[in-house]
Amino acid sequence: MTATAEVGSAEVGKARLRKEDRHLITGRSRFTDNMVLPGMLHIAMVRSPYAHAKITAIDTAQALASPGVIAVLTGADVAGEQGSLPNAWPITPDQKAPAHPAIAVKEVAFSGEVVACIIARSAAAARDAVELVDVSYDELPIVLDLAEAATDKVLAHTSLESNRSATWVFDSGEAGTGQPIAEALANAEVLIERTFHQQRLIPAFMEPRSTVVDPTGEQITMWSATQIPHILRLMLALTLGIPESKVRVIAPDVGGGFGGKLQVTPEEVITVLAARHTGKPCKYTETRSESLQAAHHGRAQVQRLKLSATREGIVTGLDVNLLADMGAYLGLVTSGVPILGAFMYNSIYKFPAYRFECTNVFTNKAWTDAYRGAGRPEATFAIERLMDELAVELGMDPLELREKNWIKHEEFPFTTVCGLEYDSGNYEAATAKAVELFDYDGLRAEQAQRRAANDPVQLGIGISTFTEMCGLAPSRVLGSLAYGAGGWEHAQVRVLPTGNIEVVTGSSAHGQGHETAWSQLVADKLGVPFENVEVLHGDTQVSQRGLDTYGSRSLTVGGMAVLAAADKVIEKAKVVAAHLMEASGDDIEFSAGNFTVRGTDRSTSLGEIALATFAAHNLPDGFEPNLDSDATFDPVNFSYPHGTHLAAMEVDTETGAVHIRKYVCVDDIGVVVNPLIVEGQVHGGLAQGIAQALYEEAVYDDAGTLVTGSFVDYLVPSAPDLPHYVTGLTETPSTTNQLGAKGVGEAGTIASTPAIVNGVLDAVRHLGVKDILMPCTPSRVWHALEEAKTADAAQSNGGVQ
Amino acid sequence: MIPSAFDYAAPATVLEALGLLAAADSAGDDVKVLAGGQSLIPVMKLRLADPAMVVDLGRIEGLRGVTDDGDALLIGAMTPHHVIANDPLVAAHVPLLAMAAATVADPQVRHRGTFGGALVHADPAGDMPAPVLAAGATFILAGPGGERRVEAANFFEGYFTTAVREGEILTHIRVPKYTGWGAHYEKFTRVAQQWSIVAVAAMVLVQDGRIAQARVGLTNMSSTPLRASSLEQALAGAELSVEAIAAACEHAADGTDPASDLNGDAAYRQHLAKVLAKRALIAAAGL
Repeated sequence: MTATAEVGSAEVGKARLRKEDRHLITGRSRFTDNMVLPGMLHIAMVRSPYAHAKITAIDTAQALASPGVIAVLTGADVAGEQGSLPNAWPITPDQKAPAHPAIAVKEVAFSGEVVACIIARSAAAARDAVELVDVSYDELPIVLDLAEAATDKVLAHTSLESNRSATWVFDSGEAGTGQPIAEALANAEVLIERTFHQQRLIPAFMEPRSTVVDPTGEQITMWSATQIPHILRLMLALTLGIPESKVRVIAPDVGGGFGGKLQVTPEEVITVLAARHTGKPCKYTETRSESLQAAHHGRAQVQRLKLSATREGIVTGLDVNLLADMGAYLGLVTSGVPILGAFMYNSIYKFPAYRFECTNVFTNKAWTDAYRGAGRPEATFAIERLMDELAVELGMDPLELREKNWIKHEEFPFTTVCGLEYDSGNYEAATAKAVELFDYDGLRAEQAQRRAANDPVQLGIGISTFTEMCGLAPSRVLGSLAYGAGGWEHAQVRVLPTGNIEVVTGSSAHGQGHETAWSQLVADKLGVPFENVEVLHGDTQVSQRGLDTYGSRSLTVGGMAVLAAADKVIEKAKVVAAHLMEASGDDIEFSAGNFTVRGTDRSTSLGEIALATFAAHNLPDGFEPNLDSDATFDPVNFSYPHGTHLAAMEVDTETGAVHIRKYVCVDDIGVVVNPLIVEGQVHGGLAQGIAQALYEEAVYDDAGTLVTGSFVDYLVPSAPDLPHYVTGLTETPSTTNQLGAKGVGEAGTIASTPAIVNGVLDAVRHLGVKDILMPCTPSRVWHALEEAKTADAAQSNGGVQ
Repeated sequence: MIPSAFDYAAPATVLEALGLLAAADSAGDDVKVLAGGQSLIPVMKLRLADPAMVVDLGRIEGLRGVTDDGDALLIGAMTPHHVIANDPLVAAHVPLLAMAAATVADPQVRHRGTFGGALVHADPAGDMPAPVLAAGATFILAGPGGERRVEAANFFEGYFTTAVREGEILTHIRVPKYTGWGAHYEKFTRVAQQWSIVAVAAMVLVQDGRIAQARVGLTNMSSTPLRASSLEQALAGAELSVEAIAAACEHAADGTDPASDLNGDAAYRQHLAKVLAKRALIAAAGL
């Protein structure tokens, strides 16, 4: 059950140290802010302090007179050329959205929105002039609360008639993929109704966003801290009316993204405009405060849920009603994020009736968009919290309840109530391994002891299973969801005269380790040393076609394109090999870098063929003298990694402090190319998921100002705050790609949040606590305990046994 | 994160520094004294402070280190937290200071940030003021009129406000010895590197199986550090037992006026003060 026969095993599966790390660790990296071009000017942004206001006047005279200032651009100055920032995912034909200028022209709709930019000879001169721009505002009423925004009592934009952008519905009865939800709810023996709040999060990538634009060559060249150089190039061309062929986008070293750099930003457009107006290279690098305030946020949903089940614990239906906070504008895929979750609420379970309705709502806050997991963590949280609630209601072990409802391994491929076909999975195996690593029975016994002893530190066990649709995405499916692009990926494999290999990938890495993983893939495929493979990416002039990196798609889509291109190289080389060895093409066999004539000892290597092809002295008639090959891979299906996560949570009932005693996760991501990279992805993902459960929240005050505007208040956990993870893998290969890989980038983030919250609640449920908002801060836990003391003891849920 | 332009001076003596402060004052310029810079530089980068001049004390001899001064330790204001946390004299005579200093931020900050700088900054959530208050230290200030001494009880005046007047510099802190006392600093945070949500600085003198004396300082329970006076009174002469300490700690939040913020409201902080005081005192008493 490891790699398929087509791929050898020498490199794939090896825990290679990452090629990328040497230059990153030794400070030889080149991030966008490191770029210095001759004559380069610097940009600073003037941002609105108000969450909603009319701009009545802007006086730039003082700023223009400030030393070193070259120009000040306001929205009025660029109104005719700045266009409207793109939303690539109109989820319904009647979706409403305000125009989204890079520099606000008449009205600002969130605190931090750009109202002018300063262009100066130095970053300090630009920054000094920011305070000298005198903007007159007429404040407008603001709406911050999601539920209140949905009532339209206060409008987030004066140009809109309603805050409701769109309502998107999936109904398994109507779609023919399942039964009607109304019947399931009406016939429910047990009905669990809950409302969960997905707090607003900030991606908080390590490298703040930065953009350099050089307008002085034949093309406009942009360096940007982006996940999506290819999409950005296209969108800049469309937004600004520049021929696409005149735009080159380079993503040099990029310090993390987590979806936060899956965006076409106002700041990128403004840097182009500034460079155009001055005719000089311009640079903008945001401060951390600006990044927290104005880079897109994530999550921010209210989930109203109804789960129906039988007394035996068989789930019969789920009704999901969401409000999703768009913030002030629609970014690149803002509107589609909840839809990415719509197909995941059923998760690994096989209940027959499902309805999902989401209303996207505008508020006067920073706009939201993709953040690690994008829709799927929200869905997993909802169903996994509900499964625990149902277990409590039925007095059933939560693991046993889950097993009663999940798809059995022999039932794959399985078509879900959403109509997705899960190709493979083995939830029994992953869960069994997790339970063993965790010592589930031992911890349950300790939990019982602590309860009996009324220990001030109580123990809870949190469970979350999950699956996710990743490997985004089959282009036809994206088309059916009205997404503005496809989901394929492109690769080119080039064979140099020395036999060295260049791999050009459209999947633009920003920390994932593509250079290492792609080298491993190609080394096995072509039988060349790992060190002889060079991976090129992140520059639209080098990698002309691509759809970039997000949604755990790189290996399952981009990696497959690399393998497909390498296959084509082998086929081309076979022609040359047959010619050189005077054999029939059908008799040529390729293995471990060597071409042999079947049944003989005649053999030649890929290196020899590469050189012969380069020389072109003796090639078959009509053979183009190169072995280079391109491939574009469009997946036929999503991939469906899954896993079981178990968290032992200690709650100090005196202080409300929560401590992770033990965290076990067993993920099934199919065939693993590099276990070290996988381990890193899992650890990072867990940290971000745990952070949602316990630490992070973007908080606004009543005036719509971000309170968590620095890392003093926006609490990102660091190593001392996180446990030693016990990780494990099971391997159930995907059947829909040649490697059997499934994707790992989002797994840890998706499963850990509900595991942690379920564990916290399990620790204190016997004390009468029914729910705690995320993040489960010590203060919130303590208040929940205090409130439970005063509540009617008879209503206690009694705890999971 | 670029501060406004400012003038910078690094005097070699306290006298020279005082002269620079006086000159700036008479010119009407806003002047800031730079110690370790761990608070001043960030607020300048955020432009929450934009002094016309910064006077850096870093090159002045004699403002660093811990010396034995009879019944007290004399600690230079420019002594880094890292030194306080590891100094043998501090460990022997006022271990509470070392314990608190070891909880300040992270190793980089502890090597740069200074004892005196943290005290003059007077952040109510800062870790050094409460132990110094509990210890009844004396602050030695140099000013245009010469040296002046301020008792800890009168030093902290409000949010980020102390008895150090314009034109003055804190040069030394004289901390009485508490040789033989038990001590503990109990700090409560949500993540490892964070300002205290609440912290309790406790020293206990145990004699003949009873608590002879206790000195308790509270961090972040008001706009200034506080002495938990009711608690101290309740402990004086109390039986050395967990139960007695727990009972006394019901008074830990008496007279406090904590802020409400993202980390907790006032009621939660007052509750925390009681729990943390109990834990601090139990540890200090060696129970």
